[in-house]
Amino acid sequence: MKKGLKRLDLIFKNEHDSAAILEKSLNRSNAELIEDLISSGLKGRGGAGFPTGLKWKLTADANGQEKYVICNADEGEPGTFKDREILSSVPHKVLTGMAVCGRIIGSQKGFIYLRGEYKFLIPKLQKAIDEFHELADSLSFPFRVEIFLGCGAYICGEESALFESMEGHRGEPRNKPPFPTDSGYRNGPTVINNVETLAHTYSIFKYGPEKFRDLGVKDSRGSKVFSVSGDTPIPGIYELEFGMTLQKFVDDFGDGDAKAVQVGGAAGFCVPRKKFDKTVIGYKGKLTGISLPTGGSMMIFNSSRSMYNVLHNYLDFFVEESCGQCTPCRVGTQQLLLGIEAVKRGDKSSQYLEKLLELAETMRVTAKCGLGQSVANSFSSIVENFREEMIY
Amino acid sequence: MVEKVNLKIDHLSVSVDAGATILEAARKVNVRIPTLCHHEDLCVAGNCRVCVVEQVGVDRLQPSCAIPVSEGMEILTNSMKVRNARKQIIELLISEHRAECTTCYKNGKCELQTLSNEYIVGESGFLPLVPLKGYTIDEFSPSIIKDDSKCIRCQRCVRTCDQIQSIGALTVAHKGGEMKISTFFDKPIYEVVCTNCGQCVNRCPTGALTEKTYINEVWNAIDNSDKYVVVQTAPAVRIALGEALDMDPGEIVTGKMVAALRRLGFNAVLDTDWSADLTIIEEGNELLQRLKRVLKDKESDVKIPMTTSCSPGWIKFIEHTFPDFLEHLSTAKSPQQMFGALAKTFYANKIGVDPSDMVSVSVMPCTAKKFEANRPEMRASGYQDVDFVVTTRELAMMVKQAGIDFKSLPDDDYDSIMGESTGAGVIFGATGGVMEAALRTVYEVVTGREVPFDGLNILPVRGMEEVREASLKIENPLPEWDFLDGVEVKTCVAHGLSNAKKVMEKVKNGEADYHFIEIMACPGGCLGGGGQPLPTSPEIRKKRAEAIYREDAGKKIRKSHENPEIIQIYEEFLVEPLGHKSHELLHTTYTPRNRY
Repeated sequence: MKKGLKRLDLIFKNEHDSAAILEKSLNRSNAELIEDLISSGLKGRGGAGFPTGLKWKLTADANGQEKYVICNADEGEPGTFKDREILSSVPHKVLTGMAVCGRIIGSQKGFIYLRGEYKFLIPKLQKAIDEFHELADSLSFPFRVEIFLGCGAYICGEESALFESMEGHRGEPRNKPPFPTDSGYRNGPTVINNVETLAHTYSIFKYGPEKFRDLGVKDSRGSKVFSVSGDTPIPGIYELEFGMTLQKFVDDFGDGDAKAVQVGGAAGFCVPRKKFDKTVIGYKGKLTGISLPTGGSMMIFNSSRSMYNVLHNYLDFFVEESCGQCTPCRVGTQQLLLGIEAVKRGDKSSQYLEKLLELAETMRVTAKCGLGQSVANSFSSIVENFREEMIY
Repeated sequence: MVEKVNLKIDHLSVSVDAGATILEAARKVNVRIPTLCHHEDLCVAGNCRVCVVEQVGVDRLQPSCAIPVSEGMEILTNSMKVRNARKQIIELLISEHRAECTTCYKNGKCELQTLSNEYIVGESGFLPLVPLKGYTIDEFSPSIIKDDSKCIRCQRCVRTCDQIQSIGALTVAHKGGEMKISTFFDKPIYEVVCTNCGQCVNRCPTGALTEKTYINEVWNAIDNSDKYVVVQTAPAVRIALGEALDMDPGEIVTGKMVAALRRLGFNAVLDTDWSADLTIIEEGNELLQRLKRVLKDKESDVKIPMTTSCSPGWIKFIEHTFPDFLEHLSTAKSPQQMFGALAKTFYANKIGVDPSDMVSVSVMPCTAKKFEANRPEMRASGYQDVDFVVTTRELAMMVKQAGIDFKSLPDDDYDSIMGESTGAGVIFGATGGVMEAALRTVYEVVTGREVPFDGLNILPVRGMEEVREASLKIENPLPEWDFLDGVEVKTCVAHGLSNAKKVMEKVKNGEADYHFIEIMACPGGCLGGGGQPLPTSPEIRKKRAEAIYREDAGKKIRKSHENPEIIQIYEEFLVEPLGHKSHELLHTTYTPRNRY
């Protein structure tokens, strides 16, 4: 394993410089702070990859009486469990990032939207928040963070559904525009970032943007925390550099028999063995080969696994977790699930898979939010690459 | 000045106000984009995705109802990408819809059917989802039937119930494949806070929400030679019925409607407008009595403002939502129920029919009237006062079933007695109408003079503004009413229950100094009722209102107290307003109800 991928230790490094970072940041101008973030190349670690500096700048420039900083800790993507670890071991880094963000956009109100299943984290997390409040007060920046506990719906990790949930409504995504930077929680301009993104800002404000930018590749800077699961002898959480090929990843983490890797969870893409060395882990950019973003979920499947079962499992999940609001997602997910069952049983010919692929594409271009849009990712990549497993 | 935005839709240049949606811009250049969840009366939802269009340079399709235009945008509404997606979305909706079109109540009026007609051409679609769901039909309510198997989850009903009516009886429950439109704990509509207003029925694009129909019961009564069947027609039916029979909104069809009812076989065709005039006499006198007891006798237990009581949706709403304020309601029954109580007493006696052999039918623009007729209080005659209520829509179906060429019918007149009406009775059908009719009479009772408005048209209470306030100063009253000298009688008119709620919150908080409040449950008043022809829109309701006021202006008599048949019934039967007989037959009580 020593020759393999370089392990990094930025996020989980045991360091306690919140006071210094916050004090320094409070004395710097917005423009300087935002410039640091933008030049670091940090992009959203939830999976969508929106440039963090730009998000903060847009919110800082937006008009609104009350603005908010929200940490999205509704870590619901199947196969992801890194945010739990970040919040357990380095919550102060997340809180520091939130406070600097608050300073930049002009907000003293932060929330951590915590996944319902992570309720057990609250005592420790609340203690960290209380300590952080004291620190913030001592610097005359009375930034406050509240924990908002979700109720277990996957869709509430979608940012606008998350706002609805926080406002006491059904967790249903909103129409966009307006985007959260203009109108988010309680219609105020809102920065909403993934746990890991906020933790990275701690390092960027501590070490400067260069150190972060030096990691990774063009368009995908910095390190990333991966949740590795499936057929691997060493499941767990690993911080790695962006830009690795999937082949290198599998060489390090696979059991020697990997036939596919699901990158990005149920909403992500399935990559078959023959494409491992052409696939790069990173945001979409001008890289050679295929680049795949991920919120951190890496599931490895070896040759004993039925990809039909894998897909069936994902579709089951989507049928249950769609909010049910828009037609393509509510009905489309059900049709995809019933459809592959019918093909498998022989009630529908294998030609029906073509209709289902078309449906997946329709869902991708017409669904209201990222959930429905991304069902096509796993569906199409599994059906196209493992077609025979769908039929026989 | 509003900023203009220039864009192209299907290569046609268009300039619209900033903030307009792509859909609105498309309509401006006569490009029709199909919609389902969109409705002019409701907020944008963007749920059904039927209206998606392609924006050149953007990968994903855009819901045209929800996306605002931007400068230089190029929109394609009929590209291959759009057609494929739209067709698939309609196929998906059909797969979750029980498509029993030929036997469906909404056959021919279903918006999904229309889309299917346009886009689905004889191909096998997706797998049917309905058999997997175990749906039941909620048909316990006397007013509304809810059939989840036909629901396409557009949430028009949910938005209607919440935004227009502020009730929230219908909400979304569960998620994903289980997501459905439900009620509190999935109880039957009959048991929850639903007011039976039927505004959801008016906006449901499919047959998922329909009125409970009594067409067969009415035919059976007509066909039974032992029964004497009387029918009454509400004010707002005559200005809307034509719409359901291939005529334009705003056409007055009173004479044709009477002729059609006679041909259908009703024994007597009578008019709810007549009992609307009667309502004015009773309710107007009740208002004056209340004012006297509060202002002159200083009785503290008499409640003002007094509110109207003719809208059964409003009655059930206040019973659920403001149960501590029922004493503010006028005790006067609605015109339908006054009519019903008199039909089986006074009228039956007059024509020599045993009331047990009489069937009393009403044609209403309203679904809540079906519930009202079934209220236990509404048996003052010793029988159910009104046996069957059919909506304007149902009457149109009966006319079609009978093979009547409605448009070519000659005008006919109502029977007498209980058929003569005034302009004041007619305007009950529009928001503000009861107030106007009441003021025409009350002012004259108090002062001996006509209301000081040109041509009796009390314009300040007319219109479609959500809440309207108006006051009328009483000067030089007759000696009996001298305590009203110099009093500004303050009135308020609200339509749609969300506006009723606003007004009642003011009353509740002691911020309202009104004397008299008119509330109609439905937008526009009865003319926008839940039993009126489909579709409904602000423009259609405006045309109906204009027709109502035209009908009023064309009446020889325009004040309720001058209706000769009203004068006659007091002379022959009722003796005096608020008298013994009135209390027995024409006034009622109310029941506090649960909040869910």
